[in-house]
Amino acid sequence: MKTIKFLSILALSGALFTSCSDDDDNTPEEVNEEEVITTMTVALVPQGGGDTITLQSRDIDGDGPGAPVVTVSGSLAGNTTYVGGIVLLNETETPAEDITEEVAEEDDEHQFFFQTTGSIAAVNYGDTDGDGNPLGIIFSLDTDTAGAASITITLRHEPKKPNDGTLADAGGETDITQTFDLTIQ
Amino acid sequence: MLFFSTLAQLVAQDCNSSLNGKVMDYHNKTVLSNASILVIEKNIQVFSDLNGNYLLKNLCDGDYELEVSHPSCSTLIIPVTVNGDTELEIKLEHHLEQLEEVKVIGSAVFDKTNSAQEMVLKTEVLEKFSTASLGDALKQLGGVSTLNTGANIVKPAIHGLNGSRVLILNDGVRMQDMEWGDEHAPNIDINSAGTISVVKGASALQYGGDAIGGTIILEQSNFPVKDTLFGKTLLNGISNGRGGNIASEMTKVYKNGFFLKGQGSFKRLGDQEAPDYVLSNTGIQEFGGSLQLGKRSFEWGIIGRYSYYDAEIAILRASHIGNVDDLIRSINSGQPEVILPFTYDLGNPRQKVRHHLGKIQFYKRFEGLGKLNIQYDFQNNRRFEFDVRRGERSDQASIDLELKTHTLSTDFKWDSNDSFELQFGLMGRYQDNFANPATGVRRLIPDYEKYDFGSFLIGEYRLNTEWTLDAGIRYDYTKVDALKFYQTTRWEERGYDIEFPELVIDDRGTQLLTNPVFDYNNISATVGFNYKSNNDENLKFNYALAQRAPNPSELFSDGLHHSAARIELGDIRISSETSNKLMFSYDKTFKNWGFTIEPYANFISDFILLEPTGVEFTLRGAFPVWNYRQTAVRILGIDMSAYSDWTTNWRSEHIFSLVKGQDVANDLALINIPAANFSNTLLFSKPEWKGLELSLQSQYVFQQNEVPPNISVFSPEQQEEVILAINTAPEAYHVLNFNSKMVFNLGSSALTTSITVNNLLNTNYREYLNRQRFFADDLGRNIILQLKLNY
Repeated sequence: MKTIKFLSILALSGALFTSCSDDDDNTPEEVNEEEVITTMTVALVPQGGGDTITLQSRDIDGDGPGAPVVTVSGSLAGNTTYVGGIVLLNETETPAEDITEEVAEEDDEHQFFFQTTGSIAAVNYGDTDGDGNPLGIIFSLDTDTAGAASITITLRHEPKKPNDGTLADAGGETDITQTFDLTIQ
Repeated sequence: MLFFSTLAQLVAQDCNSSLNGKVMDYHNKTVLSNASILVIEKNIQVFSDLNGNYLLKNLCDGDYELEVSHPSCSTLIIPVTVNGDTELEIKLEHHLEQLEEVKVIGSAVFDKTNSAQEMVLKTEVLEKFSTASLGDALKQLGGVSTLNTGANIVKPAIHGLNGSRVLILNDGVRMQDMEWGDEHAPNIDINSAGTISVVKGASALQYGGDAIGGTIILEQSNFPVKDTLFGKTLLNGISNGRGGNIASEMTKVYKNGFFLKGQGSFKRLGDQEAPDYVLSNTGIQEFGGSLQLGKRSFEWGIIGRYSYYDAEIAILRASHIGNVDDLIRSINSGQPEVILPFTYDLGNPRQKVRHHLGKIQFYKRFEGLGKLNIQYDFQNNRRFEFDVRRGERSDQASIDLELKTHTLSTDFKWDSNDSFELQFGLMGRYQDNFANPATGVRRLIPDYEKYDFGSFLIGEYRLNTEWTLDAGIRYDYTKVDALKFYQTTRWEERGYDIEFPELVIDDRGTQLLTNPVFDYNNISATVGFNYKSNNDENLKFNYALAQRAPNPSELFSDGLHHSAARIELGDIRISSETSNKLMFSYDKTFKNWGFTIEPYANFISDFILLEPTGVEFTLRGAFPVWNYRQTAVRILGIDMSAYSDWTTNWRSEHIFSLVKGQDVANDLALINIPAANFSNTLLFSKPEWKGLELSLQSQYVFQQNEVPPNISVFSPEQQEEVILAINTAPEAYHVLNFNSKMVFNLGSSALTTSITVNNLLNTNYREYLNRQRFFADDLGRNIILQLKLNY
């Protein structure tokens, strides 16, 4: 009985020592969000020459309190076909990470959707995924006569593919959604 | 089966011997009425009458074991030899604590407090819930509800409160398993417990002072000190999820007090199903095991225990969403967006948790004085959460936390005096949380170290045989030392740059490294009385003051929760919350029926709650922001139960619970308060038919009509403000559950078979306290076939 008593006290004090000794005061490593998309840049290049128009939405703190800053570099020409290309960046990392590459690699799990109002005649997909379904990193936009217009660009992760082109039918999770207000001259 | 039962009846018919006598108290020889006398081998139960007399008829001559129990005494196992009409006087021990370690076995449970509302789940009930979670079993008790994330993640809530306000004590060890998150269920295998007690308030001060909701106490079954080897195995087949589980345990005891107990269980389920569709990605794999050994005697004992818990839980695929528009779509669509064929695969989103618990406990009794108890315990909790991620990150956890806790505690109980008892205790705790940066996701909970120190003094005074008074006081000190990165924009948005500039230790440009160090001093106290009359009447009143320090989630949460499509923000200004709870309990037992009424009122100042306050925009779209804030809250409720033995075979049981929560500072309903519910059970038992038991339970859950207002958000997809119906409660529902049980003797062992059917009518319903109610219906019909072998 005495031995066991002694052993138990030993065990307890041993435990106490361990509890105090694993106190290693390490400064934690900074984590930058790997998956966040901070910046979407859309370049619209008019066919047959003219000014390239750039649409950008930039939210440098990602999920932080800051709202995205939306810029449109200028007005679009009427009755013109523009070739559009989308670049996605994660600028919380240095150098900025190109997320477009990830989307292109997993093209069967992604799709951009374009909703328009006003003086935009049509938006057509310019690329497809491995299964021949639309992807939307590259697209074309036909403007109508002069007036106001808007385009909402949405990127869905794991949508239903193929779908009827509407967000409701596609489902999935929204990775990006941004509306740009445009002027057609 | 028929063959066996007929055979047994034939044998039984020849037996005409009887056993009779008186049941009385060991100390003062007063007769004890309503003591239960159970012949274990035959499963025959009788009760002593008002004069303490009992009579067991139609017994065969031979050796039996009797289990004798009484509401206010310890349960005894008494061997008896019946030879003709035999007389046996039974003495029960009223002064429970002194005999706790040596004489009591099986289902005996001690009250944890003198005057608080308490309830117990015994081994038989726990076995019935062998396939379920701790919360599912506790839900059978009035006043206990659960906060679910699907069917597999079940957090128990007592009187409407859950998480850090419910303290869980696993075999004397306070669980430290990240109880702060809504989708963090207790890391406990229900098969590892012998009995579970619930104290519905902060009155059990010996365990902690911050149990504003209540305390759940899991204990191991006791066993007699004699040379014996026994065990049991439970095998369950589960239809919903197309899987099953197995739980087995074995105990070896030597008459010198040495014992060894091993226990293990394994559960595997695939996708579960609602009545109309498969709930894709809702499988589970769970493993639990424990080993306990030591030596126990009346004077002293030393006990070591190690337990391990490991669970991998898939979370409904359709509940993982991108932004507020996705949430609106889910709420409106009425059925989950992703329905795939049944599979056993556990895909993302899913969580993987494991918990190691080790303890060593020593006690020594000093003659004429009392009992000293010393305990050290260690816990290691690891949690991984896997999200649906882009770019081959599916196997990389989004949350990876490791929580290590060391606790050393000691207490001394003066119990030598018959009329009063005093207990004093000290506790020291060190906790370290490590958030792995390899996730590639900013930490939801930061790295921190936490120090706790507690001390308590509680006393009980027996005024006379009818009145017992109690009082207690406890002091707790908590210090949190965290290292946390804040986004600079967040730091400024919160106003911390003005209020807490000294906390910043490193400015990294877009992020700030901060070192918040906070301490909290908390006082808890309780006072109450217990009145037990001679005519089976029991009246209890208890007042408890409790203070709880904010948990790391309430202080530091900072980030986007995909499963809920919300940004959750803690606040480092949050202080301790203070609860004043009044509990009253009255029960009375008549000849064939009895009832219990338990009203309570809980007034909490600085109550910490999480609620939607606004919207933030990101490239992904809009997200509701959920902020922690503090307010004054009033919780009023009542639990009522009654039973009636209509005939010897027919019995009915009724439980009604109602709780109302109000944010009195803002005159709003409180979020996540369980709806009123009413449970009625009809039981039929015929012990002579192989211990046949049948029960049909009806559960009616009302609609929660007191909810906070919904919030309005701007929907980028619809280009307008829309109402987000996140607080609207689902409609009332009614489900039926059926259970049947029979026992077969196989020589020295016994086989118990049972069939349970939950949601018998395959009813479609959604539950307000299930976080997946936005996405899918609750479980459909589930048939569970159970075989239990005792040996």
